[in-house]
Amino acid sequence: MNTTVPTAAYVEPVTRSVSVAATPARAFEVFTTAIGRWWLPTHSILASKSPQAAVTIEPRVGGRWYERGEDGSESDWGHVLAWEPPRRLVLAWQLDAQWEFDPALVTEVEVRFDAEPGGGTKVTLEHRCLERYGAGAETARSGLASEGGWSGLLERFRQRAG
Amino acid sequence: MAYSNAFAALADPTRRAVFERLRAGPVSVGEIAAGLPVSRPAVSQHLKSLREAGLVRHEVDGTRRLYQVDPRGLGELRSWLDRFWSDSLAAFKAEVERPRPQAAPSRSSSRRKASR
Repeated sequence: MNTTVPTAAYVEPVTRSVSVAATPARAFEVFTTAIGRWWLPTHSILASKSPQAAVTIEPRVGGRWYERGEDGSESDWGHVLAWEPPRRLVLAWQLDAQWEFDPALVTEVEVRFDAEPGGGTKVTLEHRCLERYGAGAETARSGLASEGGWSGLLERFRQRAG
Repeated sequence: MAYSNAFAALADPTRRAVFERLRAGPVSVGEIAAGLPVSRPAVSQHLKSLREAGLVRHEVDGTRRLYQVDPRGLGELRSWLDRFWSDSLAAFKAEVERPRPQAAPSRSSSRRKASR
């Protein structure tokens, strides 16, 4: 991908991990195929505000990551950048600063599934390339500044989830 | 302090270069300008934008102002994502470890309704 402006890591990635009592294969499967069973319903951006009926990660590189409401409407979240069961998954998180899908914005969510002694799995998630928000932020700025910035966005997120 | 302003401020490549100069520690306007093809007034203007975006703060040292990165500037976004993923992974863990019903059909296995 060509960018005229080199991006450096100005924003530390967000890293979280959790140990689960399951094999990497099972953890990978639940994270992806069964994402709709654990994705928090409040984490929805459906414009229709319809209750979230499903969250889907299509199981292949380039596959869509999206949610569908009970009314059938859909919102894209991103797509699959790397699909390497049962060890590794990289998703493109393509929501802009206004919680709208922006195909030009790609921040990365990498999820690793590492076997632990005893049969469990350590699941490590890294959300990175956050500095890429800068590229689109100028256009978002006017609308955001007046709404209390990030807190305002969160409120909007919640309202949409409503 | 709005993370969006922080990102907007960093969208400008020159301003990012100025911001970069601060990462090693407190520096003066002159020291920043010395390493960049930009005038001191221009650097001051960029610093003002960065300060307004919450990314940079300064301290007065005698007659000089020393600028440094304000670590809280991008903290809001990160802390929100941190919470977002913490909550999500907790829900994920609960689902992975939920006892699986034997092949019997179960209506309750469809979707967990989280309510606060």
